[in-house]
Amino acid sequence: MISIRDLNKRYVTPHSTVTAVDSVSLEVARGDIYGIIGFSGAGKSTLIRCLNRLEEPDSGSVVIGGRDITAMDKNQLRLARQKIGMIFQQFNLLDAKTVFDNVAFPLEAAGYPREKIRRRVEEFLNLVGLEDKHRAYPLQLSGGQKQRVGIARALANEPEVILSDEATSALDPQTTYSILELLKDINKKFGVTIVLITHELDVLHHICNQMAVMEKGRIVEQGPVDQFFLNPESDTAKRFVGILQSFQSQRLYREGAGI
Amino acid sequence: MNRDLWDLLLTGLGETMYMVILATAIALLIGLPLGVILVVTEKGNVWEAPRFNRVLGTVINVLRSFPSIILIVVLLPLARLIVGTTLGATAAIVPLSIGSAPFLARIIENCLKEVNFGKIEAAMAVGASPLRIITKVLIPEALPSLVRGLTIAVIAIIGFTAVAGAIGAGGLGSLAIRFGYLRYRDDIMLATIIVLVILVQGVQWGGDYIAGYINRKRYKFD
Repeated sequence: MISIRDLNKRYVTPHSTVTAVDSVSLEVARGDIYGIIGFSGAGKSTLIRCLNRLEEPDSGSVVIGGRDITAMDKNQLRLARQKIGMIFQQFNLLDAKTVFDNVAFPLEAAGYPREKIRRRVEEFLNLVGLEDKHRAYPLQLSGGQKQRVGIARALANEPEVILSDEATSALDPQTTYSILELLKDINKKFGVTIVLITHELDVLHHICNQMAVMEKGRIVEQGPVDQFFLNPESDTAKRFVGILQSFQSQRLYREGAGI
Repeated sequence: MNRDLWDLLLTGLGETMYMVILATAIALLIGLPLGVILVVTEKGNVWEAPRFNRVLGTVINVLRSFPSIILIVVLLPLARLIVGTTLGATAAIVPLSIGSAPFLARIIENCLKEVNFGKIEAAMAVGASPLRIITKVLIPEALPSLVRGLTIAVIAIIGFTAVAGAIGAGGLGSLAIRFGYLRYRDDIMLATIIVLVILVQGVQWGGDYIAGYINRKRYKFD
């Protein structure tokens, strides 16, 4: 579904050049939930933003659903983006619009008739469990509710792909799980491919099938999620799993194994 | 206070209001598009054109560098061309609005830049056109701040009309200079200042009320 070939992105500052994405190649299968994990500054956010060209990659190609995103002109890109949903860590909802109008925004941009927009928005607000919040404004919602609006907005135009840029990083653990469950349901129900980046192991564990580990702009390890936990190979993977295990053994030491 | 003084004040207030309202409206008509263009043509924004942005920024800075009284004098021939005279309130509206437009453009630019860029990116990510992003995201999101900015501009334009009054525009400013200053009529000077204070207070109060109303609507719980 998504095929990334030899993607590069550098930032040139007066003092140095930072290579945020370094010759990254990836394949994401249709209907998959693909996780990309890494520490802060590993380049995962830049990578996912290159997929819909919110960041312009320097070289390499991104092909989504058989169409080369990197070769498109502005208008083609605009149309392609209408079928690529994106959810953000900071939600990025429009404070001036009601929940209903926020979800309607991508549909209006795509030029659908009013009646169809109304039906679609109602359908997706029901799906994310906000059927009683149509007329509320984002500033009146909790973080979890805001992200549900964000997800409904990303889904509204029935995209083939959803990009999730740290969607749960600003949420508490309980809300995180409810959002992950929602993403899982959506993936099952609509067969939409989800690419998500995260620095939380729990997120990978909970919903991803395939994953990649990013370190200094490069993909250092990729494969099924289970393999990562059983047999971490790269440095970053070992550190992630190591942090988890060291805290688990501390707990074992302090609180006993629960026998 | 006698009737003559009242008549003078009322006429002056009427002329000032007339100049302020029309000059603000025209300045807004010029300044709003300029402010929007200053923001959206910046690098990385929806209508990226950095070189054009720099040129426009420089032109606005040049216009803003003129001392206001000089700018009015420079623009008087233009007023003659448009309204046929260089005297009176109507003639003053031409330099007033052209003089305030660059100032207003900068204020509007500032207000629009307060909008979190993530919101613009979210709109870009769903494939919205630049025009839709400007009219449905950028301006509505900045609206309370734009109203406050416009309040500042209106009050500055009230001050600006007083300057114009010194060179034949009429209004409260001209009243204060012709009677209060040149004829030593302290009572008229004082009365003019009181009316101006009330006017400025009223504008500020109105602006605060509208901005607050928009914010309350977005925050209300029910």
